[in-house]
Amino acid sequence: MISVRTLCKAHGARAVLTNVSAEVAKGETIAIVGPSGGGKSTLLRCLNALDTFDTGEVVIAGVTLQPRTGGAGETLRALRTRVGMVFQQFHLFPHLTVQANITLAPRVVRHVVPAVATRRAHELLDRVGLADRWDAYPHELSGGQQQRVAIARALAQDPEVLLFDEPTSALDPEMRGEVMAVIRDLAAGGMTMLVVTHEMQLATEIATRVWVIDRGGIAEDGPPAQVVDAPKSQVAKDYFGRLRT
Amino acid sequence: MSQRGAALLALIVCAAVGCRSDDPASTLARIRARGVLTYGADLQGGEPYLYEDPKDPSHLLGFEVDIMDALARRLGVRAQMKQYAWSNLVPSLQRGDFDIVMNGLEATADRAQQITLSTPYFVYAETLAVRRGAPYHTLADLAGKRVGTLNQTVAHDLLRAQPVEPVLYEGNEEPYADLVQQRTEAVLLDNIIAQRYGCIPSKPDVVCLGGEVALGTYVIGIRKTDPELAKAIDDAIAAMRADGELERILRKANLWDARQTGPLPEVGQDTGVRARSFDLEQVKLFAAGAGYTLLISLLAFLLAVPIGMLLALARVYGDPLTRGAARVYVELFRGTPVLLQLYVLYYGLAPWWSMGPVTAAILGLGLNYGAYEAEVYRGALLAMPRGQTEAAKALGLGPWQTLWYVLVPQAMRLALPPMTNDFVSLLKDSSLVSVITVIELTKRMTIAAVDLRGWLVPGLACALLYLALSVPLSEFARRLERRLARDQRPHAL
Repeated sequence: MISVRTLCKAHGARAVLTNVSAEVAKGETIAIVGPSGGGKSTLLRCLNALDTFDTGEVVIAGVTLQPRTGGAGETLRALRTRVGMVFQQFHLFPHLTVQANITLAPRVVRHVVPAVATRRAHELLDRVGLADRWDAYPHELSGGQQQRVAIARALAQDPEVLLFDEPTSALDPEMRGEVMAVIRDLAAGGMTMLVVTHEMQLATEIATRVWVIDRGGIAEDGPPAQVVDAPKSQVAKDYFGRLRT
Repeated sequence: MSQRGAALLALIVCAAVGCRSDDPASTLARIRARGVLTYGADLQGGEPYLYEDPKDPSHLLGFEVDIMDALARRLGVRAQMKQYAWSNLVPSLQRGDFDIVMNGLEATADRAQQITLSTPYFVYAETLAVRRGAPYHTLADLAGKRVGTLNQTVAHDLLRAQPVEPVLYEGNEEPYADLVQQRTEAVLLDNIIAQRYGCIPSKPDVVCLGGEVALGTYVIGIRKTDPELAKAIDDAIAAMRADGELERILRKANLWDARQTGPLPEVGQDTGVRARSFDLEQVKLFAAGAGYTLLISLLAFLLAVPIGMLLALARVYGDPLTRGAARVYVELFRGTPVLLQLYVLYYGLAPWWSMGPVTAAILGLGLNYGAYEAEVYRGALLAMPRGQTEAAKALGLGPWQTLWYVLVPQAMRLALPPMTNDFVSLLKDSSLVSVITVIELTKRMTIAAVDLRGWLVPGLACALLYLALSVPLSEFARRLERRLARDQRPHAL
């Protein structure tokens, strides 16, 4: 589903990603962890061309991304209907209702007829447990509810891959659970997901694999039992050690 | 205390507290004491009345300057011009800003009630100018047509007594320029103006009709409280007439004609066209003026919004060339007076594009306010959080879709309060379009103020009408804002 080969990116003299290569199979859930500033978010954003890389190659959901530009407009459009993204700060459209937030992209990007888009929106809202809030505006929702709407909005494009950039970091602890539950549900449903997170529960219970990213490279890559419980690298040992205390 | 001493004292008091005609010493005594006779006039009247010497702009030329110099000499003082807008000369005289008015002031019964009029120094004939070959021979032929003239003149009153549509100007050049452009069908003005600005070789399309519509006289205006000064001026004019100095001055300006030695025409009688009270007719005229103000403001704003939006998009998202062009537009239209832009649009472009005054008004104000709106929208677009763009991108929206569905709607609600501000400001700036002959609310007020000889009632009516236009609008904007900006309620401090 995703193939990353020798990806490099630098901001001036500072290397952000150094020679990253990785493969993700369909239905996997990858927890991307590691110290702040290590390059987790940049790697994730390179996968749907919100950031560009300097050299290397990304093939994701059948779309090949080029260095520097990502690709032509058509390529990017195809990419983004197949790869959804959920942000730390939700980024719902504040001027639109929950339902309009969800149906906007299907209607204007994929030209889904409004009735069909609306029906699908209601299904998705039901799935994230917000069936009764379809007429609300984002500011009327709690953080956890907003993030669940953001997930429904991403799912409305029927993506093959979902990228999460710290989906629970902006939430109070009591709201993290409801978002985690949705992600767990998606994982059980076979969605291919990459989740940048500091959430131990996600790394240990939901993820099929954990990547520890440090200084622009993947320091460790393996199933949770191996990476979390018995880390080999010093950075992974330090990182998980800090999280547990 | 000698009379001279009293005058001197008056002068000192004057210098300390400012002069008014009701000061103890007479105006004539004060003029003699300070050795200067001040007269109000407007340089915009131009040649041959009074104009700046092209070789030395501090030096004034014109037959009225020559008459004033001679007159002052005969009073044993020298003359000094004070620049005032022509239509404000009489009220300014009454305020005491200068000693007399001397600037093509026509003798009318109306003026004779407000101020003392001297004996005439010139006899003029109202002259009708039309385009060559036009089927008009007298004023009566022009029923229903647009006829240009100057504001607050006898010609204006004559036109108001006819079934024609008077078009008002402030300068001598513009009425004939508009006649050539077919924006009007005729111009009625004094023969001096017609022969210097109208039927001249450089305007081969304009002909002055022979028949005299009416005769009238130019006089000097003196405050009613200054009979001594009025007598001195009358005596001086009579002496100038008797010893031939007046004829020499008028001949020098090529203005001497048979009318000057003929019987003096009667003081122009009240044509009954000037409003005497704020009656129903005035209310209707004010409503029409307010209608023009609203129409022009609304259409100009409807033009300014898309112009501003395009400019803002060009400045925020354009390539360097587009960005530069948009910036030049904004600087050009924001950095020069809208009055100048209206002049250029209406008179400057006339040889190539002769648009009507209302069209020019809407276009001029729209283009100008577009520059202001552009900056409002640019600020609002720049205030959009980056996350909104990223979320739209990540959902597959293209650049235009992102703008149209996500950024612009949010930017517009941020822009709403400054836009309301701009619209109210535009509503008032629309008064500037009176320079291109549109009689909107403020112009209507100034006309009524002269007719009614008072600013209070017309001024109040004008203010109330402006408020009647702007307050409902701000209220509408306030509701719209509340509806759109649900999540932008103020936070408690």
